[in-house]
Amino acid sequence: MSALYQSLVNGTMMGAMYGLTALGLTLIFGVMKVVNFAHGSLLMVGMFAAYWLLKITGMHPFLALLIVPPLLFVFGYYLQDLVIKPVFKSERGVREPLTVIIVTTGVWYVLDNLALMLFGAEYRTVRTAISGTSFSMGEVIVSWPKFAGFVVSMLTAVGLWLFMLKTRTGKALRATSMDREAANLMGIDQYKIYNVAFGLGTAIAGVAGCVIIPFYYVYPSVGVVFDIRAFIIVVLGGLGSIPGAILGGVVIGIIESTFAQFMTSTWTEAIIYGIFLLILFFKPSGFFGNKQDW
Amino acid sequence: MAYLEIENVNVSYGDVQVVNDLSLTVNEGEVVSIIGGNGAGKTTLLKTISGLLTASSGTIKFKGEEIQNRPPEVIVERGLVHVPEGRRLFSLMTVADNLDIGAYNTRAYGQRNHTILGVYDLFPRLAERREQLAMTLSGGEQQMVAIGRGMMALPGLLMLDEPSLGLAPILVLSIFETLRKIADMGTTVLLVEQDVNHSLRLSDRGYVLEHGRVALEGPAKELMDNPHIKEAYLGM
Ligand SMILES: Nc1ncnc2c1ncn2[C@@H]1O[C@H](COP(=O)(O)OP(=O)(O)OP(=O)(O)O)[C@@H](O)[C@H]1O
Ligand SMILES: [Mg+2]
Repeated sequence: MSALYQSLVNGTMMGAMYGLTALGLTLIFGVMKVVNFAHGSLLMVGMFAAYWLLKITGMHPFLALLIVPPLLFVFGYYLQDLVIKPVFKSERGVREPLTVIIVTTGVWYVLDNLALMLFGAEYRTVRTAISGTSFSMGEVIVSWPKFAGFVVSMLTAVGLWLFMLKTRTGKALRATSMDREAANLMGIDQYKIYNVAFGLGTAIAGVAGCVIIPFYYVYPSVGVVFDIRAFIIVVLGGLGSIPGAILGGVVIGIIESTFAQFMTSTWTEAIIYGIFLLILFFKPSGFFGNKQDW
Repeated sequence: MAYLEIENVNVSYGDVQVVNDLSLTVNEGEVVSIIGGNGAGKTTLLKTISGLLTASSGTIKFKGEEIQNRPPEVIVERGLVHVPEGRRLFSLMTVADNLDIGAYNTRAYGQRNHTILGVYDLFPRLAERREQLAMTLSGGEQQMVAIGRGMMALPGLLMLDEPSLGLAPILVLSIFETLRKIADMGTTVLLVEQDVNHSLRLSDRGYVLEHGRVALEGPAKELMDNPHIKEAYLGM
């Protein structure tokens, strides 16, 4: 029994972080109607940023949370403004612009290969103040870095949700996601809003980088590992849904950790893809449906 | 100097020219109607004025400054506000948020909590429904939100594209009464309508658009007596 609790706790914590990696994807899709294939690479950039910052300064990973996400925001903002926007503009009027998706794929390849050139292919880890520490809750042993990642993921999701509901920019993001042209008539510059959406999505990848790096390794194509899960989670939770992303993440995390007790991890992967296909067949709009909830 | 002055504007979609060499003026404080059948180019004209479409030639001046081919966010900032055809509400946002986003431009944003009281005065129904999602409103209520959202932007000139479309006769009347109030409060109004009777009665002047050209123009009273209009638009 305690093994089951243990794996439920682990799965929930990991799942929340998977959800975190999916948040940016769902945000960018919700606002821009673009599936961002560079999302995993942005996560990789976030992880490398956190890695080097922690490696060089030796600071506490919580402190890195104040530095990496703002940097990644600026990176994402200008990546969209300089690279993606021109293509977007030439497809103005198209609701789900295909060429933009191709551009994001290009960005993925460029970033991954740039990382390979700069840092090499090796797997890197950094020991942080919380790496390897844990506490016990009854019979269950809880790893500190994963627990911290869980808490930060939840806070990020709630923060994003409140931002979308309460702030001027958040409302502009929602308005643009629902009707670009009408939003434009309200005085909202849609391209600036896309920059902000991309910046926020990238900043969240920075948050994910900071919470994952204390217990995981980073290498140039690490994004792919999380990317595929993030896509599944986004479909599971409902494209564009913030709580859907977290819930979808937790479901995947729990399946992964509990089923791993009974079978090899290849099988758990197969089961995750099986569930993904079932969802696509029977409820393609995901748990929270197409009704974007922000 | 006219408040809004359009000179020899041409607009096309690809090869198809929809607005031909059109000139039109609106003076400050006026209510001006544009009438015309389906496909005459009314919506295209309004979209060109508000910056959603670009004119291939011609000039559009608002308060003396050329605005043709400026983007919508710049034009709204100057006080020229477009309430689009078909309401176009943000359907998953509440009434209050729809109104709030109407005041997005920096000129209006600081005063939005004050402006919204005026909008609720104009449409008491919206005050009751402020927390309701726009998609769950009735057609008449949605049109109130659309107009209210336009008012939130603090327009100097309010352009409305067929605000009475699809509404029951009694609601049509109340929409026109509201427009009267808005005009009386000092907002200049440019109204596109298919309800020719009501809109001409509300207006000082009118333009009749046919195939993207001005076919007739003049004081609203004269247009109502015009035999061509009586026959083609008033069904008399
Ligand atoms: N996006 C578009 N692409 C191509 N042609 C268009 C487009 N929008 C409108 N048109 C065409 O331009 C012409 C004018 O359309 P517009 O919508 O301006 O007419 P309207 O006077 O507003 O008509 P209605 O009273 O039916 O709203 C029509 O022939 C229409 O088919
Ligand atoms: Mg029209």
